[in-house]
Parts: sequence; C-alpha cells; structure tokens
Amino acid sequence: MRAIVTVIGKDQVGIIAAVCAKLSDHGVNVLDISQTVLQEYFTMIMLVDASQSDLPFAQLAETLEAEGAERNLSIRIQREDIFNAMHRI
Amino acid sequence: MPMFNQSEILDTIRMIDQQHLDIRTITMGVSLLDCADPDPKRACQKIYDKLCAKAEKLVPTGEAIEREFGIPIVNKRLSVTPIALVAAASETESYVPFAVALDKAAKAVGVNFIGGFSALVQKGFTAADRKLIVSIPEALATTDMVCSSVNVGSTKAGIDMDAVALMGRVIKETAAKTADRAGFGCAKLVVFCNAVEDNPFMAGAFHGVGEAECVINVGVSGPGVVHHALQAVKGEPFDVVAETVKKTAFRITRMGQLVAQEASRRLDVPFGIVDLSLAPTPAVGDSVARILEEMGLETCGAHGTTAALALLNDAVKKGGVMASSSVGGLSGAFIPVSEDEGMIAAAQSGVLTLDKLEAMTCVCSVGLDMIAVPGDTTAETLSAILADEAAIGMVNSKTTAVRLIPAPGKKVGDMVEFGGLLGSAPVMPVHTESAAAFIARGGRIPAPMQSLKN
Repeated sequence: MRAIVTVIGKDQVGIIAAVCAKLSDHGVNVLDISQTVLQEYFTMIMLVDASQSDLPFAQLAETLEAEGAERNLSIRIQREDIFNAMHRI
Repeated sequence: MPMFNQSEILDTIRMIDQQHLDIRTITMGVSLLDCADPDPKRACQKIYDKLCAKAEKLVPTGEAIEREFGIPIVNKRLSVTPIALVAAASETESYVPFAVALDKAAKAVGVNFIGGFSALVQKGFTAADRKLIVSIPEALATTDMVCSSVNVGSTKAGIDMDAVALMGRVIKETAAKTADRAGFGCAKLVVFCNAVEDNPFMAGAFHGVGEAECVINVGVSGPGVVHHALQAVKGEPFDVVAETVKKTAFRITRMGQLVAQEASRRLDVPFGIVDLSLAPTPAVGDSVARILEEMGLETCGAHGTTAALALLNDAVKKGGVMASSSVGGLSGAFIPVSEDEGMIAAAQSGVLTLDKLEAMTCVCSVGLDMIAVPGDTTAETLSAILADEAAIGMVNSKTTAVRLIPAPGKKVGDMVEFGGLLGSAPVMPVHTESAAAFIARGGRIPAPMQSLKN
C-alpha cells in the first residue's frame, strides 16, 4: 500500500536520518522524497510503500507520531488515495 | 520531478488541520421491517439483536479508515426503518420500549446517535403512527441516543394540519419532560415536510422503506474550507465566488466518496449515497454564517443573506454532484443556529431573526434548525411555525425540517447550553400574537398545483 509521509516543523539536524531510520526499522520502502526549508520551517513529503511493513498501518502511524513528538515535529502517514481522490479526476 | 504534488498534499493537510475538514458522519441504515412481532418484547429483542449484528463492526471500521487516511470521521451513526411501521404489528399501547431497545443497541455498538423513532403522517395517521407520536416525549426523555422525526407534509399529499397541531403539543411536552436539561429532548426531534429516506444526518435520519436491507450513507462537511477558499477571491464577481465554491465542494465530496466506498467495502454493505451538506459546528472557523459574511455582508441576517445562501447552496450541489457516483440525503447548506458560531453571534446581536431564518430556508437544504425560543411559547404558536415551514417545503418541492427548543423557564436573550456538537443557542423572540384559532381548525391543507408556477 502506497502512503504519503509528511514531516512539518522547525528545522534541526538529523530529521531525514531519523525518519528514514524509523521507516526502515519497520520495513517501509521510500519511493520518493521532496524537502524544503522555508524560514527555518522544515517540510518534507515522502512517498512510501508500506505493504511490507511489520506493523499494522495504525500502529505505524502511532510510532511515527511518537517519533515526531520527541523532536517537536508533526509526522503523519496517510494512504495516498486521499490525495488522489481530492486532487485528481 | 517527484511522483506527487507537494502543494496539493500540503493543501489537504491544511484543510484538515486548520479548516476543520472532516467526514461528519458514516451512517449505517438498517431495515427493521423483519423485526415486527405481535409480542412487543420479542420485537424489541429482535431489533436489538439485528442492530448489534449488523453494526458490530461499524465503529471500529470507521476508526480504522480515519487512521489510515488521516481524516477525522466525527460521528458513526445508525438509522432504522420508521418505528411506527415496525411496531404496528405489536399488541401494545406505548412504543417507549422500542426507543429503549434502540438506545441499548446504539450503546452496545458504540454509535453516538440512532435515528428512526419516526412516523410518516403527511396524509393521515395509522393507529401505530398515533401511538408512536404520543410516545415521543417519554421516549426522548428516557433515552440518550435516540432521535425522532415526524413527516407532516409533502408536495404530493399536502400538509396534515392535525399532525401539525399534535406536534406542537408534543414539542412542548418533550421540553417539559427534559426541563432539567433546558428542553434537550427537543434537540432530538425533527418535524419534516418532504422527508428524505436516505439522510445520514441527525436528528432527522431514518431508513426509508424504499431502501435496501442495509446501506452505508456518508455525510461530508467543510464550511471552514469553503470560507477559506472564498477569502482568496475577495471583491471578485459572484461568478468567481460560485466557481470557487463548486471547486471546493468537489474536492470535499471526492473525499467523502472515497471514505464511503472504503467503508462499504470493508463492512460488506452496499454504498448508498454521499450527502453533500455543509454542516457547521460550534467551533470557530467551521461556520456557514461566516461564509455568507465573507461574501460581503456585515452580519449574517442582513439584507442580502438569502441571496448569498441561495448561491452557496446551489454551488455546493453543482460541485458535489460530479464528485460522487450517488448523491442524496439533504445535500446543501445547513443553518442550525446553535451549531454555528457565526449564527449564534448574529442571533445574539439581534440581526438574525426567526423571520429572516424562515426566508433563508426557502433557498437552502433544510429549515428552522436548533433554534431556542422562549419557554412560554404556546403549543399553537409552535404548530403555526411548523405549518409555515412545511408550507415552504410543500410549495417549493424541497425538504424542510423544524427543530425548535422551547426552553423551559428561559426568556428572550438567555443562552441555552446543549454541549458538544449541538452547541448553545440564544433564546430568540417569536411573534406572540395568537394562531390558536388557525391551528384548531385541523384537517388538511391540499397539495399545491405543480403548474402555473408564479
């Protein structure tokens, strides 16, 4: 299942490394990344494949959320379908 | 070139985080026609068992979808066959035990409302309809989750004025029986004209007899998203306003459609409809009134409000229709006073009056909704308001609904607190001149002409 991971918050060292490590721990494959820093505000969007993940989706989402909370970042994972439904005919 | 569009993704996240975008309700409609039984106890047991079996997975499934898509699904609800039809076979005088059975089932499966303690009497009463209606005050006072509705008129049948007279008294009695909670029972009671059979929104949801055994209906929402979109087109002509609302409604509805299909697939229950209504909540930034004000009105209720609402209601439908394979329910803009922060403010300032709200209901999806009126308002005056609203629905071939709360002991200007999504309402003045002789006539107002429309 393809999903979108978004990471938003104040820029700091090691965000990408930490998120990627968490994802790889749970068998989530990163397909694409886009990342920008605007006025110290960090925004990263990743397209991932979560079909081989060792965690059920809800738990994966919780794990990422907790990781984000530690670093004062908002990290979420949502199935790709919702974005396609809203923005594509 | 990434495989996704960054701004679209961030747009969606902003809509959810900052503009209160949500799925307002997943409502499972269940037919209870096969639960009829001469023994009322057995009938109630059958109802309870069937609802528990059908809706067992409704709430967990809703929560799983919520989690995976990252979109809040605020309510999970049930609607059932109008109980007057189901209970008719039972040899009993009071239908309160049926409401209790519904309440028990709702609590067992974890939904937050169950609709369908209802009767359809637009052309006359059966014995069961009458028993159900007189059971309403007690039923609403003794249950927590049960919602009740009565259809008193239709474009094809006219208005049953005996039902209108009776419902005025039932509303008064319901308020009296829940006086300790400011007449809260009335917030769960809707009087309809042209009721629809597939409405997923409460308190007026019921599962019509033309519906399948079990269906999933979804109600979307998103006044905050529309408001935000209109902020970007300040001062532009109305063509631009209408286009902006349409595009926004399209996106919101696509999301509703996705959730509806997903829920339908996982629960193995056919998908019924998506209801495209803009349903406000008392939260700041989730108001229909503020959308109307964004169009250039100082306060909702000012002259121009009806025109603004007409545009909004129509554009929401036009945008939503293409986004869903099956649109139904009420589909339009809701204007419940207590559930809309902007409406509350406008009513408190005295700009938004009952008369203006009545005019607004001519062009939007429902009617006089969640309005607190003085506790000493007579049953006849309530009936007269019901009759006016039913007449608007009947003549304009649209659904109108009335949900009035004559809050016991409260006077004009007092606030009535209902809490949660039901919000709080300022008590609004009604005309005190008597309509008693008008309501005392009874009988039927004949169905209107469908030609020579002027």
